[in-house]
Amino acid sequence: MTSITLKPSPQVQYVLRLADTALILAQRLSEWCGHAPVLEEDIALTNMSLDLVGQSRALLTHAGQLHAQAGGKAFDEDQLAFWRQERDFLNPTLVELPNTAEEATHRRNRPGDFAFTVLRNLMVAAWLKQAWSHLARSNDPELAAIAGKAVKEARYHQQHNGDWVVRLGDGTDESKARMQRALDRLWPYVPELFEDDDVDEAAAQAGLGPRSSALQEGWEAEVRAVLAQATLQPPEPTPFRSTGRRGIHSEHMGYLLAEMQSLQRAHPGAAW
Amino acid sequence: MSAHNPQNAKPNAGGASASEWPLWEVFVRSRAGLDHKHCGSLHAPDAPMAIQMAREVYTRRQEGSSVWVVRASDITASDPRDKDMYFDPMEDKVYRHPTFYQLPESVDHM
Repeated sequence: MTSITLKPSPQVQYVLRLADTALILAQRLSEWCGHAPVLEEDIALTNMSLDLVGQSRALLTHAGQLHAQAGGKAFDEDQLAFWRQERDFLNPTLVELPNTAEEATHRRNRPGDFAFTVLRNLMVAAWLKQAWSHLARSNDPELAAIAGKAVKEARYHQQHNGDWVVRLGDGTDESKARMQRALDRLWPYVPELFEDDDVDEAAAQAGLGPRSSALQEGWEAEVRAVLAQATLQPPEPTPFRSTGRRGIHSEHMGYLLAEMQSLQRAHPGAAW
Repeated sequence: MSAHNPQNAKPNAGGASASEWPLWEVFVRSRAGLDHKHCGSLHAPDAPMAIQMAREVYTRRQEGSSVWVVRASDITASDPRDKDMYFDPMEDKVYRHPTFYQLPESVDHM
């Protein structure tokens, strides 16, 4: 077996962006399994990871169907998750970054940086909550149904991780410094979440879902409120723009995919 | 009961660990109309986080529709050494059970 090649319509790309956001963050969170600072949080992080896997499964299945309807090959969720190449993954770069606030490109950062992890979780949950809220009114009934279920999960993820951000940001000198370091590291990857392109335009025109820019106001209001409560200060904006949603990823993505895909590629069709 | 009482420990700035977080007892109500039942305990830094941890640890298979948490230190328990004095005298008092009444047929499931 070899990798699959997609000819995705803007519609399929739109759904894949959502699916891959959930899938890749789920993969990152799974790295915490057995390593979290306390048993209770270990379960919380893996629960969240499994929620995201569930969302990505539904979305990948749907993306595969849309791909077939547009005249392409029919792919199932497993083919899309495990047999796509890096360039065909359309998640924002934010979710693929290793669980660490360090700039250095260590391949392994286990068990990882908890401050970075909960802050990114907050950012992504708040973004997904905005997206799901809009998508619940999508004229694609399948997508609307997925959104209606997922928005509850996103709400809880935002609450739980936001509570950690406040406790640690407004905590000891050490925990505040670590949260601030995580914020400085993550903030430059935020603008990508709200940048519109042809895919957004096509989705909005077709009534499939909102433009990325439509999510910004609600996201900013909620995330900045948490940061203020946590006494954290976002850094100044920079011209840097990440490009994961166009398939051009950071150097970390290849390692992540290698780990995520290795089993299916060594044993195609392997199942529990 | 007082032997294990981690909640008296204050987290220190150097690095608080789970053993310094208070212990909470968790009560889950499985459906509306039923009682909250004790289902276990966990460590959490404060009450709101204890509720979230209880949700994560004890309701992940749809066990719950409501959760209570109580700091273990706030529970006053009977001393196990008093067990015979407290509870054994009830052994031979069957007349305290309402089993000697004739129930009307219209009353089901008593």
